Amino acid sequence: MSNFLRVAVLVVRKDLMVEARSLEVVSTTLFFALTVVLVFAFGLVREGRPVDDVAAAILWIATAFSGTLALGRTFERERQADTLRALMLAPADRPAIYAGKLVGMLLLMGLVELVLVPLIGLLFQAPIFDHPLHLAALLVAGTTGFAAVGTLFAAMLVRARSRDVMLPILLYPITVPVMIAGVRGTAALFQARPDEALAQFWIALLVFFDVVFVTLALWTFEPVMTE
Amino acid sequence: MIEDFDRLTVTSLSRHYGRRKALSKVTFSCSSGDIAGLLGPNGAGKSTLLAILGTLLAPSEGGVRYGDVTAEAGGAGLRARIGMLGHDLFLYPELTAHENLTFFGRLYGVPDAASRAGAALARAGLGERAHDAVSGFSRGMRQRVALERALLHQPRLLLLDEPFTGLDQASTAALVARLKEEQGRGVLTVLATHDLDVVDGLLTRELFLRNGRLMEVGVGEGSLRERYRAAIATA
Amino acid sequence: MSRLNQIELALAGAMLAVSPWIINAAPYESTMGLVQKIFYYHMPSAWLFLIAALVAGVSSAIFLFGRKPTADAWALAAAEMAVVFGIITLVTGPLWARKAWGIWWVWDARLTSSLILWMIFVAYLLLRRYGGPGSDKLGAGMALFGLANVPFIFVSVNVWRTLHPQTSVVPTLPVQMGGPLWFCVFAFLLLFLALLSMRARLQQQRVRIEQLYLAEDEA
Repeated sequence: MSNFLRVAVLVVRKDLMVEARSLEVVSTTLFFALTVVLVFAFGLVREGRPVDDVAAAILWIATAFSGTLALGRTFERERQADTLRALMLAPADRPAIYAGKLVGMLLLMGLVELVLVPLIGLLFQAPIFDHPLHLAALLVAGTTGFAAVGTLFAAMLVRARSRDVMLPILLYPITVPVMIAGVRGTAALFQARPDEALAQFWIALLVFFDVVFVTLALWTFEPVMTE
Repeated sequence: MIEDFDRLTVTSLSRHYGRRKALSKVTFSCSSGDIAGLLGPNGAGKSTLLAILGTLLAPSEGGVRYGDVTAEAGGAGLRARIGMLGHDLFLYPELTAHENLTFFGRLYGVPDAASRAGAALARAGLGERAHDAVSGFSRGMRQRVALERALLHQPRLLLLDEPFTGLDQASTAALVARLKEEQGRGVLTVLATHDLDVVDGLLTRELFLRNGRLMEVGVGEGSLRERYRAAIATA
Repeated sequence: MSRLNQIELALAGAMLAVSPWIINAAPYESTMGLVQKIFYYHMPSAWLFLIAALVAGVSSAIFLFGRKPTADAWALAAAEMAVVFGIITLVTGPLWARKAWGIWWVWDARLTSSLILWMIFVAYLLLRRYGGPGSDKLGAGMALFGLANVPFIFVSVNVWRTLHPQTSVVPTLPVQMGGPLWFCVFAFLLLFLALLSMRARLQQQRVRIEQLYLAEDEA
C-alpha cells in the first residue's frame, strides 16, 4: 500500500514539475474555459437576462470541454518521448501510475473551476456563496467522476489512431450521468428557492459513481494498457 | 524482487499486427556476460523484439524466459532487473537531466536517487549540464542521459535500441567501455544497431534479423560487415 | 450457416411475418388506440437492446480479465446487435410519440437512457473501426465501462425527468396484451440469437483467416 502511494505521489510531483516549467497546459486550458463560457453565454443570454439554469449548465459544460482538451494535451506530452512506456516499464504498480495521473488531472481541473465559479457568479448573478459546501461537494465529486473515466480513456488512446476525436466520442456518453447530476445539482442550488435535499441526492449519486468508476479504472488500467 | 538470472531464453517468438508479421519464430538464447547484437535493415523487427524482451509487448506466440521465470510470473520484480534505452529515449524534455534521472531512480526504488543521479551524470561527462532542461540537449547528449537512466538501477538485462546514434567518437568509445564494464559484472546485453563497424569485436553473439526472421546466429571470421552482407544475401 | 441458425432464422422469419395479424387481434389500448400497437415491436427491441449490451459488457470483461480471445468476437457481435436493436427502439419510440402526442421526441426517461446507451455502443464500434491496432482491448474497456454505467444512466435520467411533466411511452399492460407481446418477444429473441451467433462466428473466422494467412507466409 505504501508503495502504491509512494509511486502515485512521485507521478503527481513529476507532472507538477513538468507543468511548472512552461505552464502551457494550465494557461491554455484556463483561457479555453473562458472562451467556452463566452460562446455559450452569447447563445443563451437573451435581452441581457440569462435563461433559467444557464449558469449551472455553462459551468459544467465549460469544465467538461476544457477537461477533455487538458486530458489530450497531458497525454500527448507522455507520447513525445514515449515516456508513458517508460512508466509502464518501471517496476511500479500500474494502478499507482493511473492514480498519480488522476490526481494531477484533478488538480488542474480544480484550478480551472476555481476561476470559473467566481466568473459564473459574476456574469450570471449566480448565488455561489449561499451554499458553499454543497457546491464544493458537487464540484469535487463530479470532477472526480469525469477525470476518473477521462484519465483512463486518454491513457488508453495514447497509441491509438484518431485519438484526438476518439476521446470526446468515448468520454461524453459515459460521463452523461456526471453531467446530469452536476448541472441539475448546481441548478438546484442556484435557483430562486434552493433545493438542498435534491442537491444532496445528486451529490450522493456522484459519490457512488466515483467509487464505482475509480475502482473499475484501477482494475482495468493494467489489462487495457498492456499490448 | 526476483533473483538475478543468468540466462535469457527466447523460444519460437512470433508477433503480428493483423496481417503484418513483425517477428516470426525467433529462437535464441544468451547468458550472463553476453553482448548480443540484433542486426538488420529497418523494419526487420529489432525494436519489436526489444519491446517484447522488455515485457512492454506480449508475443503472439512463443515465449521468453528470464532464468526460469516467464514475463508474466516475473511481474514488477522482473521489470526491476531490466534496463532499457528506447528509440525515443524516454526522457521528459521539460525536466533537467538530473530531475529525469532522480524521478526514474525513485520510481525504480533506487536508494538515495538524487545523489546517484548526480554521480551518474558526472561520470557521463554531463556534470555541468545536469541542471539544464533536456530539451536543450543535442541528440547525442540526450542519448547519454538516457543510457544513464537505463543503468541507474543496476539492471541484470540491458536492452539498447540504436545506442550509438548521434554519438561522437569520444562518446562512442565511452559507451563501448561502459558496456564492457557491465559485461564484466555479468549483465546480459541485447543491442540493436546499424553501426556494424563500432560493434565489431564487441559482440559475443550476432543475431541477424530480416523480415521478422532470425537469419543466423554466430560469430565467425571476417569482419562483421562482411558476415552481415553474406547473411542478408542468402535471404 | 449452422443448422441451429437456419432453424432460428426460419422460425423468426415466419413468426415476424405472421405477427401483424396477431398484433391486430390484440385488444386496443384505451387511451391511444391503434397507435399503441407499435409497442409490440418497440418493447422486444428495447429488451434485446439491453440484453445485447449486457452480453457485450460481460464478454468484454472476460476478454480483458480472462484473456480469452474468442470472447472478443462475441463482444463485437453483441455490440453490433445492440446498435441495430437500439436503432429499432429509437425509431419506433419517436414514431409512437409523434402519433400519440404530436411531437417526435418527448425526453421520455427510458427512451433518453436508451439513446445514451446506444451512443456508447456506436462509439465502441467507431473505436474498433478507426482506432488502429490494439483497439480490441481499448473497446473492451469501453464496453465494460458502458455496462457499469447502465444503472447510473437510468437513475440520473429518471430523476432528471421527474422534474418535468411526465409522458411515459410505456404504460402498464392489461393481461390480454400479454399473448401477442410474448409472441413478438420470442420472435425477436430467435432473430437476435441467430444473428449474434452468426456474427460472432464470422468474426472468429476472420481472425482465423488472419492466422492462416500468417502461417502460410511462413511456409
